[in-house]
Amino acid sequence: MATEGLRENETLASLKNEAESLKGKLEEERAKLHDVELHQVAERVEALGQFVMKTRRTLKGHGNKVLCMDWCKDKRRIVSSSQDGKVIVWDSFTTNKEHAVTMPCTWVMACAYAPSGCAIACGGLDNKCSVYPLTFDKNENMAAKKKSVAMHTNYLSACSFTNSDMQILTASGDGTCALWDVESGQLLQSFHGHGADVLCLDLAPSETGNTFVSGVSRSFLS
Amino acid sequence: MERMIVSMQDPDMGIKMRNQRLLITVIPHAMTGNDIVEWLIQKYGISEEESLHLGNLIVKHGYIYPLKDPRSLVLRADESPYRFQTPYFWTSTKWPATELDYAIYLAKKNIRKQGDLVEHEKDNYNLLHKRINHTWDFVVMQAREQLRAAKQRRKGDRIVIDCQEQAYWLVNRPPPGALNVLEQGPERRNCHTTQVQLTQNMDYYKREIEYCRKAMARTRVKSSICLEGYIKFSEQYMPHDPIMSGCLPSNPWITDDTTYWAMNAPTVPTPTKLRVERWGFNFRELLTDPLGRAQFLDSLKKEFSAENLSFWEACEELRYGEQSRIPEIVDSIYQQFLAPGATRWVNIDSNTMGRTLEGIKTPHRYVMDDAQMHIYMLMKKDSYPRFLKSELYKNLLAEAVIPPETKKRVFPFMRKQRHSSPSPALFLSAGDAEERSRGPMAAPVPEEES
Repeated sequence: MATEGLRENETLASLKNEAESLKGKLEEERAKLHDVELHQVAERVEALGQFVMKTRRTLKGHGNKVLCMDWCKDKRRIVSSSQDGKVIVWDSFTTNKEHAVTMPCTWVMACAYAPSGCAIACGGLDNKCSVYPLTFDKNENMAAKKKSVAMHTNYLSACSFTNSDMQILTASGDGTCALWDVESGQLLQSFHGHGADVLCLDLAPSETGNTFVSGVSRSFLS
Repeated sequence: MERMIVSMQDPDMGIKMRNQRLLITVIPHAMTGNDIVEWLIQKYGISEEESLHLGNLIVKHGYIYPLKDPRSLVLRADESPYRFQTPYFWTSTKWPATELDYAIYLAKKNIRKQGDLVEHEKDNYNLLHKRINHTWDFVVMQAREQLRAAKQRRKGDRIVIDCQEQAYWLVNRPPPGALNVLEQGPERRNCHTTQVQLTQNMDYYKREIEYCRKAMARTRVKSSICLEGYIKFSEQYMPHDPIMSGCLPSNPWITDDTTYWAMNAPTVPTPTKLRVERWGFNFRELLTDPLGRAQFLDSLKKEFSAENLSFWEACEELRYGEQSRIPEIVDSIYQQFLAPGATRWVNIDSNTMGRTLEGIKTPHRYVMDDAQMHIYMLMKKDSYPRFLKSELYKNLLAEAVIPPETKKRVFPFMRKQRHSSPSPALFLSAGDAEERSRGPMAAPVPEEES
């Protein structure tokens, strides 16, 4: 009995060593290919001229810090979310507000516009990502049709629709990212291994639509 | 922080404070920015950069305030005079900076400057006026009293007290866009209890090893090649970028004219030249543009290989569609494209076909991936280059429009009416909702009669 336990320990240690050595080799391989730095290559490129940036529109209406925003595919509509719990959809060209939702939590840190322009997703300290279909029906309360899609164990830091309205990718302070089916709220895939709060994500416009990048913050109490 | 401040003020070891001249009045007990930086360097043995940073933090938190430029809480390592904030106003006392106090402060300022307040202060003033209207008389009365009492003090003292108060309010009610040092951030609960922990057991390491092995086997390119590609991409897209190269006829955000958006809408009868050019950059550009895709479909029809594109679209619908519809969609794809004798049978190599047919027995979202990739590559390597060389594409290029640039108006401040556009969400009716929400990638796959 005692020898079995010892064997397991040994293999654990040897596995760990193997993993470490492989990682080292991987770093070496990568370093071999790193033959030039971006700034060196960039020196050959023409410098940009003077950049004039002017404020074209100011959208007033949030009561507190605006934490996130996303453009609609029509290039003029925007959804924005703020610390006071409000999520507002604007036609930024005319600066009119089109829809407003009050979330049950404050610090709505993530919001996203669906590719079709028919729904928005948002979430924050409520640990959930909720999808609201946008409706112009005066009699309907937007909160009534809300769908709770993602459930995490910590705050939601970022969310993004994939190519359609039916799938959402979320990133959370619990250190995971996850892919969800909007209609059923089912978890399709989850991405572990970050080890710390995931603060942002972005989908790569690739031919296979298979990749996304996530950014993690190292917490101080590790 | 406060221990440091106290030791700074120590008469022997602390910073030498002299009477400073501020314009004509003499301010007692002030020191220069330089003095502060020097003292920090000496006392803590840190570099100048760090001491400047530290000093800046102290000023931002309101323990020291500048006399010359009281609006900006910044430490300048030169002769500008600074003073210690009275402990009454220290941030750590944490007594809440109430709205009433803030209102009195703004009212005083308003009276003194006769209405000439900074914009955010004006906004706040009006907001407060609305909110605590019932005690407004009290506020104004208090303000007047304080101003009157202040007049009776010496000018030097008055300036000092004003600066103190101003610094205090700058910390407690920062102007928009300025850093709010009192901000705690969201109540993020203790992350450790809710973090998804990965136990570092054998399975974990086995997975790590597997991952490393796969990563080693991946083909990689040198940085030089990759960066070269990056630069080529930028060069290729530069003339198409609205910010870098402007947009014709005009930028809607500047001229309030939405023609640019109208001309580049997903479906227009005549696309712009830039748009048609982009279709030639790579296959993905062609497919992601609904207009481009439609033209490509026409060209495929002429070659009798339109089923390839339809198959690819159906697979996209599967990948990004609803979970509940997966078995249904897989079956529909099989019936239309893969079954022997299907009306729109796609030409896939036997290996891939075999794997796919196996996979269909347990349908899931990614079961068509291999087949889809095969067909995608087929179109990309074969049909797409032919499309670019075809008469169809050449005609499209020739007929594409280059919108004329809007002549700059003589009186640019005559703003056009900004019309709202119909929201995409307006088309949210029962049937349309389904179609719309599938997104721009997939069009419904109609069953064709043979």
